[in-house]
Amino acid sequence: MRDPLPGSDRRAGLIVIGLGNAFRGDDAAGLAVARALGEDPRVLVHEGEPIDLLDRWEGAGEVVVVDAARSGAAPGTVHRLDGLAEPVAAGGSTHAFGLAETLALAHALGRAPARVKVIGIEGERFGAGDGLSPAVAAAVEAVASELRARLGKPAVGRRQDPDGERSART
Amino acid sequence: MPRTIKVDALARVEGEGAMYVRLDGDAVADVQLRIYEPPRFFEAFLRGRAFTEVPDITARICWICPIAYQTSSVRAMEDACGIAIDDGPIRDLRRLIYCGEWLESHSLHVHMLHAPDFLGYDSAIAMAADHREVVERGLLIKKAGNTLMEVVGGRAVHPVNVRVGGFYRAPRPRELRALVEPLERARELALEAVRFTGGLEVPDFEPEHEYVALSMPDEYPLEGGRLVSTGGLDIAPPEYEEHFEELHVEHSTALHSRLRERGAYLCGPLARYALNSGKLSPLAREAAAEAGLGDVCRNPFRSIVVRSVEILYAVDEALRLIAAYEEPREPFVEVEPRAGTGCGWTEAPRGLCWHRYRLDDDGTILEAKIVPPTSQNQASIEADLRGFLAGNLELEDDRLRHLCEQAIRNHDPCISCATHFLDLTVERA
Repeated sequence: MRDPLPGSDRRAGLIVIGLGNAFRGDDAAGLAVARALGEDPRVLVHEGEPIDLLDRWEGAGEVVVVDAARSGAAPGTVHRLDGLAEPVAAGGSTHAFGLAETLALAHALGRAPARVKVIGIEGERFGAGDGLSPAVAAAVEAVASELRARLGKPAVGRRQDPDGERSART
Repeated sequence: MPRTIKVDALARVEGEGAMYVRLDGDAVADVQLRIYEPPRFFEAFLRGRAFTEVPDITARICWICPIAYQTSSVRAMEDACGIAIDDGPIRDLRRLIYCGEWLESHSLHVHMLHAPDFLGYDSAIAMAADHREVVERGLLIKKAGNTLMEVVGGRAVHPVNVRVGGFYRAPRPRELRALVEPLERARELALEAVRFTGGLEVPDFEPEHEYVALSMPDEYPLEGGRLVSTGGLDIAPPEYEEHFEELHVEHSTALHSRLRERGAYLCGPLARYALNSGKLSPLAREAAAEAGLGDVCRNPFRSIVVRSVEILYAVDEALRLIAAYEEPREPFVEVEPRAGTGCGWTEAPRGLCWHRYRLDDDGTILEAKIVPPTSQNQASIEADLRGFLAGNLELEDDRLRHLCEQAIRNHDPCISCATHFLDLTVERA
């Protein structure tokens, strides 16, 4: 079992949070990005309620939240929003307190990091089952490589990491 | 002239549902809590899986109350295999992690989802500007619950440490001792929550429901017991289906449950409290009395007070269990599969969660049946709306709509949990 109480003082200024449900098709896009970035204290996988992000991002200066999106755009489209300035549409959430509400609440309570960037990857299928659709998987790769650079991590080629795809889904 | 009051997508509830009300003069012609979230088929895809997989699969039914599903399912599997864990450290750990779930779920509902109704805001975000302390209190209590779940369950959501027979790993006593300080702080906050909710103004409304809840000999019910009711019911888990049935209604993808003999009933905090208030901790009993709750609370708008009392109890009980904790030699009891049927039930934050499984001799699941609390309460929620509307028809539509939404949130429905289908028929011409 993993350490149930990891320290909270391990973060640098920037943290990346991958959000989603591993068992609802493309809803796992955010998780897949986080997992593709590998073990890193600056990268968090968050499968729980969005409201718990208030604690998870405490102390971070800049947060990038990666989540699946459903806006009607072509699958794999990457949306970029300023999480504090623009309203993040709440329509797709079945949660009583989703990401949009969490961002707004963080703002209201003065508990938001200075910068919050939301990267939304347009999904195609949100039904039960695991695995990403091809357009979403490609977008996940692209977003992961962009964030790898932002975190100052070396680029990872598939050839060097034959299990990369597999481990990104477990 | 007929009036229609509807809310197409209910806010501040878990999952996707709507409300539809049709009034005809002085008559309430139709009331529907419409649950349109797609069916989820959990019972169907449990078939063919190993009995050991059930806690991890059923946890996914809900991320607000995974422990309810995990505990009911492992107890049902143990029952099927001839094992009952009714006392000792494994039982205590089950009770402890269940306290964490109540803290998470109740604190979120009381402070973030329900309180805005009473204070006149559309959301917790709008409320935060004027009542920051209410929001912060909810978040801090929830955090204590999350931490408890992480330590005992391995993580705050969909815990990974629960297995048939007990736990994969028992926490070390020092890990539990680290929880004492945040829980003691949460106890102070819970006391504040009871005082705060006790002072909220509520409409006069006392519908008659048959209250149904578990009952344990000496403790407030969490992880088991017998099922009792204010109508004289007193049964063991395998007798559930003799007394209850589930019906499909057209406007809901969640089945409606009813008592075969008497129809609608209510489970959840109001029922638990009415049938067990004498078994609360002294501090919780005292706080309940100060908040003006008698032994029974009939006004569903005061369920927010009862939930707060249950938060206080869950903190007290967690602290008691931690103080008494002795690490078990083995974190689980070995459970050998055998052919047969087993049932298990527990008190989810929203009420009774009953499971039945039929197993093959190698432990393969042949049949699964899961009855979540919200499906049981749907008919009573509709009855509340009907009763409340009948006494308040003079109110304007907007006010009435708001109060009806509040009346639904009185029962903290978890629509995602409740949504499932018996079968699906596709007809083609």
